[in-house]
Amino acid sequence: MNKQVQAPHERAAHSDLIPAKPRVGDKVFTGLSTGSGVAILVILAAVAAFLLLRALPALTASADDIAAGGYTSNLAWLDGFWGWVLPLAFGTIWAALGALALAVPVSIGIALFISHYAPRRLAQTLGYVIDLLAAVPSVVYGLWGFFVLAPALGGLHRWLTTYLGWFPLFSGQASGTGRTIFTASIVLAVMILPIITSLCREVFLQTPKLHEEASLALGATRWEMIRMAVFPFARAGIVSAIMLGLGRALGETMAVAMILSGQNRISFEVLTAQNPNTIAANIALSFPEAYDLKINQLIASGLVLFIITLAVNMFARWIVSRRAAFSGAN
Amino acid sequence: MSKRIEAKNVDIYYSKFKAVEDVNMVIEPRAVTAFIGPSGCGKTTFLRTLNRMHEVIPGAYVDGRIDLDGEDLYGPGVDPVNVRRKVGMVFQRPNPFPTMSIKENVLAGLRLNNKSAGTSEQDEIAEKALRGANLWEEVKNRLDLPGSGLSGGQQQRLCIARAIAMSPEVLLMDEPCSALDPISTLAIEDLIQELKATYTIVIVTHNMQQAARVSDTTAFFNIAGTGQPGKLIEMDSTEKIFSTPTVKATEDYITGRFG
Ligand SMILES: Nc1ncnc2c1ncn2[C@@H]1O[C@H](COP(=O)(O)OP(=O)(O)O)[C@@H](O)[C@H]1O
Ligand SMILES: [Mg+2]
Repeated sequence: MNKQVQAPHERAAHSDLIPAKPRVGDKVFTGLSTGSGVAILVILAAVAAFLLLRALPALTASADDIAAGGYTSNLAWLDGFWGWVLPLAFGTIWAALGALALAVPVSIGIALFISHYAPRRLAQTLGYVIDLLAAVPSVVYGLWGFFVLAPALGGLHRWLTTYLGWFPLFSGQASGTGRTIFTASIVLAVMILPIITSLCREVFLQTPKLHEEASLALGATRWEMIRMAVFPFARAGIVSAIMLGLGRALGETMAVAMILSGQNRISFEVLTAQNPNTIAANIALSFPEAYDLKINQLIASGLVLFIITLAVNMFARWIVSRRAAFSGAN
Repeated sequence: MSKRIEAKNVDIYYSKFKAVEDVNMVIEPRAVTAFIGPSGCGKTTFLRTLNRMHEVIPGAYVDGRIDLDGEDLYGPGVDPVNVRRKVGMVFQRPNPFPTMSIKENVLAGLRLNNKSAGTSEQDEIAEKALRGANLWEEVKNRLDLPGSGLSGGQQQRLCIARAIAMSPEVLLMDEPCSALDPISTLAIEDLIQELKATYTIVIVTHNMQQAARVSDTTAFFNIAGTGQPGKLIEMDSTEKIFSTPTVKATEDYITGRFG
């Protein structure tokens, strides 16, 4: 208090003794960022608590209860809730992995083309087009998959089962409609392509010129330079991009619900009429008619999806942190 | 191993901008040639044409002829990738690959060439290059740790080791000490003295004492004004340039009257 009423010349003389006053802007920003951080945690905890609470009846129900008033298991070796949810969890992961397998190489290829191969004009145009893909609502993708892609892929389904049927994924009787996990994965791949591509492009573009030139000066070709300087630098970014894509594919509801005719079974065959369903699509399709224990079961399956997504993210963080000393961040 | 470079009527462009005009010079093997001159006169630009690194900048190109022991580096059918494998380069800022260990850094260029070298052979090459760069004693116990954990001076010597592991014929250095402390600078200058027995060395420096200490021949570049192309003003034995230069501008520059 005293110090603030000192005469100007005294203040100048003692200026380095006056404790710095916290600025208003600092306070506001600190409060805002802490608040947002806390809010996210609270929301996450609330969602988890809701899921857990409403899922509990399904999780604790005996196999007989489930058989009497809920969705029953199709599996011979596991009954009750887990026998019912396991094929859904499988279908969710199976469709998402299929989508990743298709989308990741294509995305990285496009991103590299934009960042390191294409002339600037073409690169910009391509970038816009890719970003535009991200703006298409998922219902539209569902409609496109149902009306255009599935019928169009019928021939490919028959061809693959006929000629490549020895490959386990392509075995079995080809679906007549094309509404298979194969088609669903392709649609999911198109949906996650923009996010993976634009994130990868961003990190590829940030590769330090210094390291690109270091490898070129050693006599690297452009592709060798990309392997030597760009990929190692972008590794963490690529993993994050893939995980974001995977997250979206795992949780995608409408497109899969519209395309896939799921049967709640476990099958690795991707071209047949008997496909596993996904958790999100199954909730969307079943919720309107569900009651009592069935609702609890659907919510419990949502909890399972929540946990799968969480596990995927933690796995991604672990991958990214594994060789942190070599990341170039230091 | 060491080769002679001859530049004839070399003009260097960044798109429409002519950055360097009409350079003619001979760079002798087994000697150190220093490029000096004020900022922006095109020393870096000219140096980068000697291993065809100039053209990696979009729109950049070179006009004229540069021979390496009589072979035109810009001749039709010459692959710049092969030129760069013969003409090594050390940059102004140390740039070891952050995602590679010290040993991987040294062997990085080699991996591009012959991927089939055995483990013991690789160890041998790495040790020889690191010894050549006076870095072996400091890093021999941590070859598998990241190169980015080294000090600036050590990183720069790692980059030199990476370049000489390729057994190049020429070694280009663009102000290799400008980001380093005096002690690291001395270490690199000593190293340059040792390396000239094996390689043709070209070094850009803004430090006149350094040019006088390390080089046998000095080339002075100058620029008439901003937007003008840089030119080679005078090139002679370092002793001559620093004692009795023939051009007034050279004398003004080395005595510190401008630049
Ligand atoms: N990447 C670039 N694009 C366009 N102009 C450049 C580029 N790099 C350098 N220049 C220009 O070329 C001229 C010579 O630069 P530089 O070779 O870096 O000079 P020095 O190394 O002698 O300081 C300068 O006018 C500079 O602005
Ligand atoms: Mg320079």
